[in-house]
Amino acid sequence: MTRAGIATPKPVSPALDDIVPPPLTGLRIPEPQARPGTAPDFSGLVLPHAGAARRPAVDDHPGLFRELAYDLIRVLDEDGNAVGPWAPSLDPQLLCAALMDMLVTRAYDHRMYRAQRAGKTSFYMKSTGEEAVSVGAALALTNADMCFPTYRQQGLLISRGYPLVDMMCQIYSNARDPLKGRQMPVMYSSREHGFFSISGNLGTQFSQAVGWGMACAYKRESHIAAAWIGDGATAEGDFHYALTMAAVYHAPVILNVVNNQWAISSFHGIAGGLETTFAARGIGVGLPALRVDGNDLLAVYAATSWAAERARRNLGATLIEMVTYRREGHSTSDDPTRYRPVDEPDVWPLGDPVERLKRHLVRLGIWDDAQHAAATAQAEEQVKAAAKEAEGFGTLGSDQRPSVASMFDDVYEEMPWHLRRQRQELGI
Amino acid sequence: MATMNMVKALNSALDVMMERNPDVLTFGEDVGYFGGVFRVTEGLQARHGKQRCFDTPIAEGGIVAAAIGMGAHGLRPVVEIQFADYIYPAFDQIVSEAARLRYRSAGQFSAPITIRSPYGGGIFGGQVHSQSPEGLFTHVAGLKTVVPSNPYDAKGLLISAIEDNDPVIFLEPKRLYNGPFDGHHDRAVRAWAGRPEAEVPEGYYKVPLGKAAIVRPGQAVTMLAYGTMVHVAVAAAEEAGIDAEIIDLRTLIPLDIETIEASVRRTGRCVIVHEATRTSGFGAELIALVQEHCFYHLEAPIERVTGWDTPYPHVFEWEYFPGPARVIEALRRVMGDGR
Repeated sequence: MTRAGIATPKPVSPALDDIVPPPLTGLRIPEPQARPGTAPDFSGLVLPHAGAARRPAVDDHPGLFRELAYDLIRVLDEDGNAVGPWAPSLDPQLLCAALMDMLVTRAYDHRMYRAQRAGKTSFYMKSTGEEAVSVGAALALTNADMCFPTYRQQGLLISRGYPLVDMMCQIYSNARDPLKGRQMPVMYSSREHGFFSISGNLGTQFSQAVGWGMACAYKRESHIAAAWIGDGATAEGDFHYALTMAAVYHAPVILNVVNNQWAISSFHGIAGGLETTFAARGIGVGLPALRVDGNDLLAVYAATSWAAERARRNLGATLIEMVTYRREGHSTSDDPTRYRPVDEPDVWPLGDPVERLKRHLVRLGIWDDAQHAAATAQAEEQVKAAAKEAEGFGTLGSDQRPSVASMFDDVYEEMPWHLRRQRQELGI
Repeated sequence: MATMNMVKALNSALDVMMERNPDVLTFGEDVGYFGGVFRVTEGLQARHGKQRCFDTPIAEGGIVAAAIGMGAHGLRPVVEIQFADYIYPAFDQIVSEAARLRYRSAGQFSAPITIRSPYGGGIFGGQVHSQSPEGLFTHVAGLKTVVPSNPYDAKGLLISAIEDNDPVIFLEPKRLYNGPFDGHHDRAVRAWAGRPEAEVPEGYYKVPLGKAAIVRPGQAVTMLAYGTMVHVAVAAAEEAGIDAEIIDLRTLIPLDIETIEASVRRTGRCVIVHEATRTSGFGAELIALVQEHCFYHLEAPIERVTGWDTPYPHVFEWEYFPGPARVIEALRRVMGDGR
């Protein structure tokens, strides 16, 4: 038999007697390597040496570097040296500023978590241990590049200089909440800071970012879009819509999968993380795909810069898997000790992004323990002062709220009669 | 003026808007080179270029998501969902994203997008080419829902939808594309040509969203309909010899309650006709509103004639479809005849 002139071997049916029936083991359900009460085990995570991964040219055909979807791009070695072809040449002052942004993000998370525990708001989500994913990306992008984040990229806003007080007022749904008390805590929005309104539904914004990027290309702008999605949400259709459409239209967009190992209580294997890497999802649609040490700020920066240049040069989208670890619970409503070993965060092989960048700066001779202690204290002070100011505008449950009448605004550009009538019915 | 069927009128609306505003673009499955399975986008790619009228992957959720991203970045995308029956993969993007973007971002972002989709039955399309899902969208805060019933309105309403800064679900009764249809499926097919609604200006004009049209004035009873059912209602009223006032709602949300209220207060009777399934359909909302606004003027219970609460059955199309015979029965009941 031939098709299109290519000879194909004739299929051979095995004799029925040769087929050994498989053991009847039932349905396979993936399990993580460790559960509460057992020792944490990350032996499944292969750790290549820093500097080992090659760096293709941004205009290389994606088919030429598919191995990078299975590799792990790392720049910082154990001793804090930046090594290999992905090591960026960044102004040391920018690196110090990035470290400070991570420290502020961490202090902010800590403070807001405690505010929720103290009953000042309903809900909070920390990004502890994942700060490099957002701060590193912010360093590589401009404020005119629109970010479509998940609820764990607060570091983008902090890096871009969005006032902490405004962030906190959103958390408290108070009189100064820029979103007028309409959204759950952490679902920020700031057009001015290139931060798209967070939906709260998972995955939906991944494909919207492709549309934003398509609009950038349509308008012949040099700006691009960037999106983030969790490992768990890659199973949503929106992820696959985004990949297909980004590939088809060469949309100038950076598509990041934040593989932080856990989707609430489901380990990454429930989303298919044991079958292949999340970066490898890009190969099937022909996108360049990079797998990156997400706790290595220099690697995050380098990969994002590479993808941004590709996008700006109209070469299309890139899928990047940022391998990191969610040190804390999914949210304040979650208790991770019920489904994973309590000490698992402490043995995460990629370490802590703050400590790793600090070691690098010390190695460069521009940072030391005393400076670090001072910077940490300064971050905490900055957050504390902002919290004091924000709480002055009210916390959830206080009388200081946006006007109740505003509840009916912005459903439509102009309020239709039925909403006016309902507002009257409420007595306002 | 030119004589246009509904397909040509919709095509003209897109053409006029693409000519006027470089931010208007249109895309969807088979929309580009081919011009759409119902030909609504025919010639637009040739006239306005591939970047402004193009084909998409078969991914309704991706199509609407891309439109949201584009709309938020200043464009005015008009997307086609090939059949309304295929809109459900995009439902989350429409309901959770497009509809709420302005609200949840306190006005920082919005989704000024138009989602066009051929809808309704009468073409032997079976379960997946016949549905009328308007009630799913009228239930969602933040969406506008439009259903034209003739070429003139179709063009004017589509232009209004494209210029509107909120997301608009624009449902095109596919049985009306090539001619009016009054439910008499056993009679010869009619064309739009020769009817006043088929005389359509070639240039720009608008039919405002939120304004109903009284297509047949009358004193005895108010009939509320939209899309194909406007024509069925007219046929039923004429055949029954009842002096019915027929209101073509044109826009379901925002609804023209003033026109409805004024008419029902005058006639004291109301019959609602839609093709969609009955339970929780838009007719239920209309009944509730008429009852709230006109209770003391009502002289009979409000009637509704709808599709049955079954999937759209291929071979039983005409038993399912709320044709003139069923509408006449409802008219007679509401008029008190035969009791």
